[in-house]
Amino acid sequence: MKVLTVNFLTCAVKACKTSPLSFPLHFQDAELEQSDIEYNPSFLRNILPRVDWEALKVTANELGFTTVPAEKPNPAPTPTNPDTNPTETIKESPEAQPADDKVMRDLHTLLLETEVREGKMVCGNCGHEYKIKEGIANFLLPSHLV
Amino acid sequence: MLPTPSTAHVDFNRIYEPAEDSYLLLDTLSSTAETQFLTQRFGQTEGQNAPSPTPTILEVGTGSGVVLAFAAANARTIFGRYDVLALGTDMNRFACQATKQTALDACQGLDEDGAAASKDRGAVILLATLNADLTGPLRSGVVDVLIFNPPYLPSRDVPGFPGGVSEDVKTTIGAFEHDSHLLSLSYEGGVDGMQVTDRLLDQLPFVLHNERGVAYVLFCQQNKPDEVMERIRAWGEEWSVENVRRSGKVAGWEKLCVIKIWKN
Repeated sequence: MKVLTVNFLTCAVKACKTSPLSFPLHFQDAELEQSDIEYNPSFLRNILPRVDWEALKVTANELGFTTVPAEKPNPAPTPTNPDTNPTETIKESPEAQPADDKVMRDLHTLLLETEVREGKMVCGNCGHEYKIKEGIANFLLPSHLV
Repeated sequence: MLPTPSTAHVDFNRIYEPAEDSYLLLDTLSSTAETQFLTQRFGQTEGQNAPSPTPTILEVGTGSGVVLAFAAANARTIFGRYDVLALGTDMNRFACQATKQTALDACQGLDEDGAAASKDRGAVILLATLNADLTGPLRSGVVDVLIFNPPYLPSRDVPGFPGGVSEDVKTTIGAFEHDSHLLSLSYEGGVDGMQVTDRLLDQLPFVLHNERGVAYVLFCQQNKPDEVMERIRAWGEEWSVENVRRSGKVAGWEKLCVIKIWKN
């Protein structure tokens, strides 16, 4: 399960959905695994509008990632052509700002390359724990919570 | 024709095997009418400067994962862009594992054809397969495209949750009964075969993106799809609903159709 996933999730208990405390779910005892995914700045740029930044900062902190900037970055646009390989448009341009690039590469690592293999996600409202085993999180609720 | 993902690795004793209903969804997603609709809605135009938010594709009840893998691996043709975020849920944990494998294989498989294929690499991201009931843990408005091939066969009742079954009980009731139970979850739909689908329909206004959201849901004739469409029309004028695909006579009594429900 990729770290980005938790940005789209909340507690499965119906009564928790309206509580701001139910988002983001909090990682505990997380065992991480890095996968290798080609860095693609235009792809990452398209993902950023979908990310709830405040929640991501909480998640990153819980997983020990310290390089997430305080504000959502607004990287310089890379023109895209849907008929060419997006990865080919990366060509390191000399005017690219190294700081920007570093921030984006770190985000790529955190959001897309980092997988949570084991551990749990805990609701900040009801305290229910959702276990993650072999990369698959169990959101099935016991019958008294359905 | 777009390639159908391989499910050779899937154990069909405990996971629903792709059948006419699955293939009807593949035909729907890759039809000219739907690829045009989806590309218009989600495609990235050439030279576009503003970021174009990556669409999230959620398949509910993925089973083998053949539909989600198909949508993800053929994103360029279906959605008019390389980058999509794929997400799956299933009550059956084995299905979650299988879906992961099917999706990863399908997206990598494209790479083997050389040039055309390597374009997609790194662009299709499988976020996760979650062991969940329908859209249970999804936040409001995060899903752009939802696909559901429900348990649509009429049955006396809907089989119980596997959630409460502990490892001990599984051993007691035996592996075969447990597998049969898991399989029954994938097709027994209760009264009119609609008990599970009705719950999913209730969740659509919550999980679908407020402007871009669209859902494809499969029905059989006994589900009374025309009545369901009437009900959805009553949701308000911001919703549209259309019967976009019907199976031929080949399916015998199990006459199927795919209904598209979307936000204007």
